[in-house]
Amino acid sequence: MHLMVCGGTGCRSSQSVQIVENLNQELKKAGMDQEVQVVTTGCFGFCEKGPIVKIYPDNIFYVEVKPTDAAEIVAEHVVKGRTVQRLVYKDPAGGKQIPASTDMPFYGQQIRIALRNCGLIDPENIDEYISVDGYQALGKALSTMTQQQVVDTLKKSGLRGRGGAGFPTGLKWQAALKQKSDKKYIVCNADEGDPGAFMDRSVLEGDPHSVIEAMAIAGYATGADEGIVYVRAEYPLAVKRLKIAIAQAEEYGLLGKEILGSKFSFRIRLSLGAGAFVCGEETALLNSVEGSRGEPRMKPPFPAEKGLFGKPTIINNVETFANVCPILLNGPEWFASIGTEKSKGTKVFALSGKINNVGLAEVPMGITLREIVENIGGGVRDGRTFKAVQIGGPSGGCLPKSLLDIPIDYESLSAAGAMMGSGGMIVMDDTDCMVNIAKYYLDFTVDESCGKCTPCRVGNKRLFEILERITDGKGTMKDLDDLEVLGGTIRDASLCQLGQTAPNPVLSTLKHFRDEYIAHIVDKRCPSGVCQNLIHYVVVADKCIGCTVCARNCPVSCISGERKTAHVIDQERCTKCGVCFSKCPVDAIVKE
Amino acid sequence: MAKLKSMEELAKLRDDMKNRTEMRVTGTNPDRIVLSVGMATCGIAAGGRDTMKTLVEELEKHGINNVSVVATGCLGYCYAEPVVEVRFPDKGPILYGDVDVKRAREIVDQHLVKGILLDHAIIGKGAGRR
Repeated sequence: MHLMVCGGTGCRSSQSVQIVENLNQELKKAGMDQEVQVVTTGCFGFCEKGPIVKIYPDNIFYVEVKPTDAAEIVAEHVVKGRTVQRLVYKDPAGGKQIPASTDMPFYGQQIRIALRNCGLIDPENIDEYISVDGYQALGKALSTMTQQQVVDTLKKSGLRGRGGAGFPTGLKWQAALKQKSDKKYIVCNADEGDPGAFMDRSVLEGDPHSVIEAMAIAGYATGADEGIVYVRAEYPLAVKRLKIAIAQAEEYGLLGKEILGSKFSFRIRLSLGAGAFVCGEETALLNSVEGSRGEPRMKPPFPAEKGLFGKPTIINNVETFANVCPILLNGPEWFASIGTEKSKGTKVFALSGKINNVGLAEVPMGITLREIVENIGGGVRDGRTFKAVQIGGPSGGCLPKSLLDIPIDYESLSAAGAMMGSGGMIVMDDTDCMVNIAKYYLDFTVDESCGKCTPCRVGNKRLFEILERITDGKGTMKDLDDLEVLGGTIRDASLCQLGQTAPNPVLSTLKHFRDEYIAHIVDKRCPSGVCQNLIHYVVVADKCIGCTVCARNCPVSCISGERKTAHVIDQERCTKCGVCFSKCPVDAIVKE
Repeated sequence: MAKLKSMEELAKLRDDMKNRTEMRVTGTNPDRIVLSVGMATCGIAAGGRDTMKTLVEELEKHGINNVSVVATGCLGYCYAEPVVEVRFPDKGPILYGDVDVKRAREIVDQHLVKGILLDHAIIGKGAGRR
């Protein structure tokens, strides 16, 4: 019997390490520590209900497990074979208990390729990776395929970059293979920086060998002998597991000189990023690895021609690499049979925001937004109304309810004004102000702009100032035109993708939620009641019982009124802190 | 661990390691066959643990990998412990009683491999699920 305990960052922060320890102790006490194995795995994806403990061979999925539950799991489930009902996932719709993960709506529509081993194996044990066909794809490439055949296989599969832009991976590899050079590099971009995106971290934490193996395959296919994983230092667990995995692969001779008796040699080292968002842009990343400032370079020449230290370099994202081995083992036709005509395979999305099932979901391309939000995500939290979903992070856009039925693929999302991006998906409800959201993302890109080119450095700052004016109630209708013109210029004239996509959140909200902008400008009103300068707290005289609670709690003493008579808020002096609103015992204070 | 020097060595290692994770892969397969062994106090006292061990060993010997051997609670047939339920995905469950080590071997040899029921040992039959 195997007890699988999630060891991803999310579950670890809710004490899953302690759960493992307690389970081991309880098993020892019951004298079953030889028969039963406790395995720390990567992320199961169902982060909303973590920590997760999954039991094989019974296929029982326990959610929200606490360290104190270990005794009951061992005494009841392990010893007596009885499922611990109170820890089983309950379907929020019908309240029905669903003991098997395979029956849960969250997993029902998922196809797991990149996440295939997350939750299935111990990421710190190379033997477990090998037992699920690990390193077979590398072996197959080395022993039976030419370099060109590997590249052709990827081309045929239709795999496109999962970092955001969606460039065909096979073409990138072909370009690097074509170059004649004494030295080539393979770089893995693990500088995941989009707010709310955590799929790359989960792959590195849950299945680091899949990335290492794919990098070695890329090395063989293009004639490179060195790989570098550029991973952010804020991902300590991913860094630790990568280091363990690299050391194990070296020990087994799966990295190093003359791998598996072939003439191919390959080694991998880590390069830690300090957390600048722009370093996720491939040429800025290369500068950072070289020890220079993280500023983008002009393209062309593309990295495949002149990359790291001026040598031909392939840069692929973590999730892209995670797809490579199954393509080689199962064939390009298998991969191309999943997804849409132009977007093949699956994409991992990180669901967050006002959604019931926060977590990681890997779905086939072509699935609709609605299916992700409603079926997998379980709908909007607290029964509120769906307003928008933000896709692609600071480079992406907000899509409204009317676009929920568009299929998820690179082209459809771009056409709608959003972007696949890395796959962050943040759901917003009726309490979110779209102008404020646009301002939030712009604030982020203004902060993270490297300052090399003017459109991004100055233009985004100006965009931000206009948005600030609007949320302060000082905007004019001309500002809307200015936003569009300036946004278009930044998009066209910026040097790198960071600048080119920075106006997206503004332009997409302006396109789909223009009425909210107009409400801020013309009516001086924030319909969602978010923008501080546009809301007022008012006492409803009929409801006020004159208890004086509000007046006594007001930090600026701007509420007046006698006992047992209706109180009044002095709008001039009110700082809109909202204390009176939350303290009033009879809900007589309203936000307007 | 000595370095792997060839594709053959890697393939052999994979086969050696297969049983580390096979149980998990089988566990989520919807077409798996489930053998449930009564492992409540009565089942364990009657030798359920040996029965379970034998089932696992026999399956391994025959190279059968689409079967999950699961411990379950008391089924109520305390007079016939240890009991084993055999459940194919498309058929009703068959319940065997007094499954000692010898009978456990028979279940694998006859029922699972050849598809022949052990009529003399059946103490209950369920209706088909699908």
